[in-house]
Amino acid sequence: MSYGFLIDTTRCIGCEACVEACREIHGHPEGDVATLSAHAFTALNTHEIDDEEIFTRRMCMHCNDPSCASVCPVGAFTKTKLGPVTYDPDKCIGCRYCMVACPFEVPKYQWNKKQPLVQKCDMCFERISRGQLPACAEACEEGATVFGERSDLIKEARRRIEADPDTYHPYIYGLNEAGGTSVLFLSAVPIEQLDFKKEQFQQAFPHLTWNVLKEIPNVASFSGLFMYGLWWVINRRMELQKIKVSETASAVEEERS
Amino acid sequence: MSSALSFSRVRRFRLSFWQAVFYLLVALGLYSLIVRFSAGLGTATNLSDAFPWGLWVGFDVMCGVGLAAGGFTMAAMVYIFNIERFRPIVRPAVLTAFLGYLLVIMGLLADIGQPWRIWHPLVMWNPHSVMFEVSWCVTLYTIVLFLEFLPIVFERFRMKKMLTLFKHITIPVVILGVIFSTLHQSSLGSVYLIVPEKLHPLWYSSLLPVHFFITAVAVGFAMVILESNLSARAFDKKLETPLLMDLARVLVFVLGMALLLRFQDLSRNGALDLLFVNEPVTWLFWVEILLGMVVPIVLLAIPRVRANQQALFLCSLLAVLGFIANRLNVAITGMESYARVNYFPSWMEISVTLMLVALGFAAFRLAVRYLPIFGKPLN
Repeated sequence: MSYGFLIDTTRCIGCEACVEACREIHGHPEGDVATLSAHAFTALNTHEIDDEEIFTRRMCMHCNDPSCASVCPVGAFTKTKLGPVTYDPDKCIGCRYCMVACPFEVPKYQWNKKQPLVQKCDMCFERISRGQLPACAEACEEGATVFGERSDLIKEARRRIEADPDTYHPYIYGLNEAGGTSVLFLSAVPIEQLDFKKEQFQQAFPHLTWNVLKEIPNVASFSGLFMYGLWWVINRRMELQKIKVSETASAVEEERS
Repeated sequence: MSSALSFSRVRRFRLSFWQAVFYLLVALGLYSLIVRFSAGLGTATNLSDAFPWGLWVGFDVMCGVGLAAGGFTMAAMVYIFNIERFRPIVRPAVLTAFLGYLLVIMGLLADIGQPWRIWHPLVMWNPHSVMFEVSWCVTLYTIVLFLEFLPIVFERFRMKKMLTLFKHITIPVVILGVIFSTLHQSSLGSVYLIVPEKLHPLWYSSLLPVHFFITAVAVGFAMVILESNLSARAFDKKLETPLLMDLARVLVFVLGMALLLRFQDLSRNGALDLLFVNEPVTWLFWVEILLGMVVPIVLLAIPRVRANQQALFLCSLLAVLGFIANRLNVAITGMESYARVNYFPSWMEISVTLMLVALGFAAFRLAVRYLPIFGKPLN
């Protein structure tokens, strides 16, 4: 059971209800609607394409194989079975590697706190554990943000594209991006025009690190044994040399020449 | 007589001048730390959500760890390869490394949001994280450096039993030091493996860990030459010129390998046509390559240059500055173009970094004065 969102930008009218609902449920202050921050877990961006406004949402994409969970030195991030990538503030040391690594630049920092933590959307983990809808999905009256099982959402997205090929650009964003995400997007235009990353983005990133990290036991044991062997050989030869020198210095000289 | 008098007066003045600089840097650094811990990182630094890692990660951690690499390379050369004639410079190298790592940890404490949780990575494991591995290796290697440093203290206080005991564990300790160093020097490069689309292609490569390791080994030798020169000047000590000339030859070899691998890798990654794009990023790349690698390699390959104390000093300084340029390029320049922000450290960030450097110099000076670092204590 892995949940996610289907965000259909062709249905979004830019009413900001999702942003407001998110703000309310987390007790965040009002602020810039267009940018994510430590006190704005979802944002609404406007794009003008062919004199038409297209609205897109930004939020944690809840990757299937999240970079944040991979890089966090204390394992503060977890890809839960329910779908959300959750964050444990009690573990976090505030190193910000997650912010550097996240392909969607989602985790944000409490820059003005003495004890800063990282903040991001958790798909309203507590609400969905209780069987409720995430706040943004509940607030959306246009059906632009739909919550459900990811596999069902993919089917629904394909159905919509097939049923109305004139409206949709036939591409589901999030199927493979960054290794697949729990948040899926549909749009009327090629998604790159809405500033979504697609080129060289069709892979999960954690394996790039793991390819190297998994060799550590080999590197450690090999270099340890190699160093010890080297020391032993060199030391042994030097000891042998010493014996010869004490026997007859001239014999060694002869041997060398 | 009169010339000797005036000489000592000049010396005293120089000393007090550097002392004044030291106290000023420490005062500014402490002020910045107070601001950082009372008003937050946002006030003290120019970091932002768009650019979360700056000078403190780029210099204090990335450069700090690399510049301390002389500790494990010199220990390996003397204890494992048994190259006895380098023994006189093992102690200063180990001391530099030990102080370096302590300063790196201090820098980290300023940079991370929850410094009192710095022990968390040792307990809350995530083997998939490079940072987790680096935390473990840095911790263990700092302990190794402490163990390598202790005999100096035992010798000072004539604790013969402890000295004999430590003689027996020297080889295993040195080998462990080499392993931990190899792992985390390279891993600092692995930190950036996960951001292929963020780090500029002039620096991103799947071989980042290898580049980081080789350049750290090279800069370790350059640092040993530098600090021997500086100590010789500061303590009116005779310089081990033949030894340093030998080290310079090793430096040429390792830097040459690093340069060769770098360009071979750039061509493998198809990044060669980026070399002549006229923009600041490329200029900074060439600063790193030309000043930090090509010039020292070419000059130090000439025996007459190596034999000249001044030239040897300047070439090693270039290699060190080139190394710093490389790490700052990876951590800052190479990440800036993606972030589309212009990050330049705030004066508070710079002052904390300068304070750490000043503390390093002062601690080195104190140690050399009261402990048998160069033979016997110099005071």
